[in-house]
Amino acid sequence: MQVPAPFEYERATSVDHALDLLVRLGDEARLVAGGHSLLPMMKLRLATPEYLVDINDLHGELGYIQVEAGQIRVGAMTRHRELLESAELAAAFPIFGDAERVIADPVVRNRGTLGGSLCQADPSEDLSAVCTTIDASCVIRSRDGERVVSMEDFHRGPYETAVGQGEMLTEVRIPVRSGGSSAYEKVERRAGDWAIVSAGAAVWMDEGRITDARVGLAAVGPNTTGIPAISDALRGQEPTEELFEQAGAIAAESCEPSTDARGTEAYKRHLADELTRRTLRRSVARINGTES
Amino acid sequence: MQVTMTVNGTEVTREIEGRMLLVHFLRDTLALTGTHWGCDTSNCGTCVVWMDGEPVKSCTVLAAMAGGHEVRTVEGLEVDDVLDPVQEGFMQCHGLQCGFCTPGMLMTARALLDRDPDPSEDTIREAISGQICRCTGYTTIVRSIRWAAMHEAAAARGQSEVETTVASR
Repeated sequence: MQVPAPFEYERATSVDHALDLLVRLGDEARLVAGGHSLLPMMKLRLATPEYLVDINDLHGELGYIQVEAGQIRVGAMTRHRELLESAELAAAFPIFGDAERVIADPVVRNRGTLGGSLCQADPSEDLSAVCTTIDASCVIRSRDGERVVSMEDFHRGPYETAVGQGEMLTEVRIPVRSGGSSAYEKVERRAGDWAIVSAGAAVWMDEGRITDARVGLAAVGPNTTGIPAISDALRGQEPTEELFEQAGAIAAESCEPSTDARGTEAYKRHLADELTRRTLRRSVARINGTES
Repeated sequence: MQVTMTVNGTEVTREIEGRMLLVHFLRDTLALTGTHWGCDTSNCGTCVVWMDGEPVKSCTVLAAMAGGHEVRTVEGLEVDDVLDPVQEGFMQCHGLQCGFCTPGMLMTARALLDRDPDPSEDTIREAISGQICRCTGYTTIVRSIRWAAMHEAAAARGQSEVETTVASR
């Protein structure tokens, strides 16, 4: 039987209350949202917090998807299923639907949250790759106020984020530009597994030319990885198979996969190449309305 | 710590450790052993129960987290000695062999049909993709859930005899 080590359970009733608890309880306290990353780690004693602050009651306060002029704001307690079922999110960023369909399974998606996924900071986590791809930023709150950091600054390393003591992630903000679309692809060993490699792409076009493009990869380095060199190569170009091939080659070169039980380094570079091409191709097809 | 929740319509209050998982609370504290406990890692899905109407894997939910919420287990499917149509479907279409995964499958199937009364085979397979059955190869489970869907649709139309062609397909 896998059971966590003993801890004191506290339940927060609001963001302010959660922040008060975090300050009072100190660095031996951890927030728990859906719990589908933290509880398994606690069962394996990879995490042994003395205090667990349950923030599930904050779903009313932090479970939302708000579309505004120029940006979408998503509350940190928004659950995977809500992200998957949001028509507004799917219209602006189909990458969310692509990714959510391959995150764990429907029952797990009933519990897991956006904020929990990002704060877990697993290098092979899908939503982190999505947020890296679409240039999201993270709102971190403390009792003193809030600060906003890019995904690049948010993920400091595997399982390490910019969220400090007495702070919590409350919101993810995604800039919205016209003429864009996005896609996500993942190769996994079996349904619901972590990625062997996954790739996200977002493309913006105007009059047949790519005005901007972003590619993010997961499971091929210490963090989910954005690849600026691909953006540089694609800007101003007409989308062609040759161009996607070039982007794929850059992806394969610039990632840092390691050989493990999921595959060899060479295989993972091959996947980074192929999945980059596929997601770029699909993003463009979605912009053009020609997706098969 | 003390936890109070509603289980299958009855409010229960118990003294528990903060680290107790919901699956153990149901099985060991309330003796509701219909909910099975399998992989312990959120993979096999045999521990699925509902919290506020949504299926959750109770090996990855603390009993404390269920405090104040409404939990429904497989014991709560049967009403007044009448089996739920999904239970009936599993009987009619041989949706089980060893039966270990069945409680979780039933709870997930019931939730699916509540949301989508006429699911396609693909939809059913997607819905149960977080659950492992080592016996049936899933074919009869999918058939059982289709049977339940057709049975309910027919019952809603007021037909007393239900066509069960799907069962022999």
